[in-house]
Amino acid sequence: MQFDPAFWGIVTLSLRIAATATVVALPLAVAVAWLLARRQFWGHRIVNGLVHLPLVLPPVVTGYLLLIVFGRNGPIGGVLYKLFGVTLAFNWTGAALAAGIMAFPLMVRAIRLGFEAVDSGIEAAAATLGASPRRVFLTVTLPLIAPGILAGTVLGFAKALGEFGATITFVAAIPGQTQTIPSAIYGLLQVPGQEGAVVWLVAVSVVLAMGALIMSEWLATRMTKRLAA
Amino acid sequence: MMLQVDIQAQLGALKLDVQMDVPAGVTVLFGPSGAGKTTVINAIAGLFRPDSGQIKLGDEVLFDGRKNVPPHHRQMGYVFQDARLFPHCTVRQNLTYGGSHDFDQIVDVLGLGGLLSRRPAGLSGGEKQRVALGRALMSNPKVLLMDEPLAALDGPRKSEVLPFIAEIAATRNLPVIYVTHAMAEVTQLADQLVLVDNGKVAHKGPVIDVLADPIAAKYFAKRDAGALIECVVERHDIDEGITVLASGAGPILLPGQVGRVGVGLRLLIPAQDVMLSKTALQGQSALNMIEAVIDDIKLLPNGNLAVILQAKELPIWAELTPLSVRKLGFEAGQNVFAIFKATAVGPV
Repeated sequence: MQFDPAFWGIVTLSLRIAATATVVALPLAVAVAWLLARRQFWGHRIVNGLVHLPLVLPPVVTGYLLLIVFGRNGPIGGVLYKLFGVTLAFNWTGAALAAGIMAFPLMVRAIRLGFEAVDSGIEAAAATLGASPRRVFLTVTLPLIAPGILAGTVLGFAKALGEFGATITFVAAIPGQTQTIPSAIYGLLQVPGQEGAVVWLVAVSVVLAMGALIMSEWLATRMTKRLAA
Repeated sequence: MMLQVDIQAQLGALKLDVQMDVPAGVTVLFGPSGAGKTTVINAIAGLFRPDSGQIKLGDEVLFDGRKNVPPHHRQMGYVFQDARLFPHCTVRQNLTYGGSHDFDQIVDVLGLGGLLSRRPAGLSGGEKQRVALGRALMSNPKVLLMDEPLAALDGPRKSEVLPFIAEIAATRNLPVIYVTHAMAEVTQLADQLVLVDNGKVAHKGPVIDVLADPIAAKYFAKRDAGALIECVVERHDIDEGITVLASGAGPILLPGQVGRVGVGLRLLIPAQDVMLSKTALQGQSALNMIEAVIDDIKLLPNGNLAVILQAKELPIWAELTPLSVRKLGFEAGQNVFAIFKATAVGPV
């Protein structure tokens, strides 16, 4: 396996899982970041703790908890299966769920910093000009936190692409279904004589990670220029 | 349309309790930092909720303790001290964010034509404030609120923006509330003056009346206390290097060439620079000597005496030591000459 269909299958599956995880998590991350940055409410600390839990918990534990909750007999997984026939465990959508949950705290942190950096005076100015809170959010707040959102997205995507522990626990590494780049590398390393294939997967990981970083740097510079010139 | 404000709020140690009626024209809120001026206009804009009271614009109740109309439904144009332009928008997008009423005219008056495609980060402080003013005006506000719009600007930039504000205030028939603690802005812009001290209204009224009252003097820097008089430029005498103004008390001379002939201007006559004489003085250099009658003598908080004069139609006043007043035997009803140097007064 070097550039055979199996190799590309692993790469595209990984990209699909990471992209799905990031895209689905992003709006939720913006909402939670807004809640944590802008609202004082009872249970603020609890929400904050829950969001950050996957960051500090051993990933295997997170994966196991996902299996309990989202497995076919779990409280949420059971309902999903009965109502919609959807199975997350041992399925690529489950891999996306695991990757999304692991990436979530990183996304929330970056976006929350963005919210906290926005001068609320500028939002007040927009309100005096007749803009409803919704319009202020869409036309002033969101554009101003765009760099934070971008940073959170790239960080989240990279994390999702590299997620291993929770994914392999929740969905295992079924070739063509849930085998991502990290689990494929791990699997190949267990078999003597497969180092050659590993090199290419490692190279793809490095290229994808570097590409994401370079693109985000470029976008961030463009955004900063727009604000500063 | 009249804006009626009657609000109370506890701000840390400061108890805010302000009542004022704001008619069309410029009402300047003047007072030391921390007196509560900005809080008052934030309450009018809906950005701060008072504890109690009422804010009414015409017949419309904006706040009454239970009802509190949100800022985006109040139609208050607000020019902030720090401009608060949208950094991600061009000048044109900033200007039209709240509407584009009188776009061409406002761009023209404020001299913004060359800036429309620029972004705020590339503008000078004066340009930013002109954009902020234009943005507030284009939203077609019912009231214009300005919070020390010139405070962040240096001298030349101030004089770049001040005439625009004066022109807009003069040509638009709407209440303008202007917060400042700079005397030059008071004398150039104010129709009404409200002195705010420690959360309360200490004095209010037409600016000329408030400044003519020595009791209000303690709120101004020593150099700034004095009567404000309205004059018209009569002629320039280039050979002598002076400008002759017509005033209600006769001609007043100023050094240099000031204004254009026929233009009205306001002159602050600092009370500490006015000298009183029982007789017309000869052989002295001060160019301005006007006849006046002593109206009253009041004790100032600093221990000096304010001698209040009626110079034909003009009320002016002089700050003298008790010693001078006693030695010369000044008393109400007496005829005196008020003398001040041309260089002591200036258009402010």
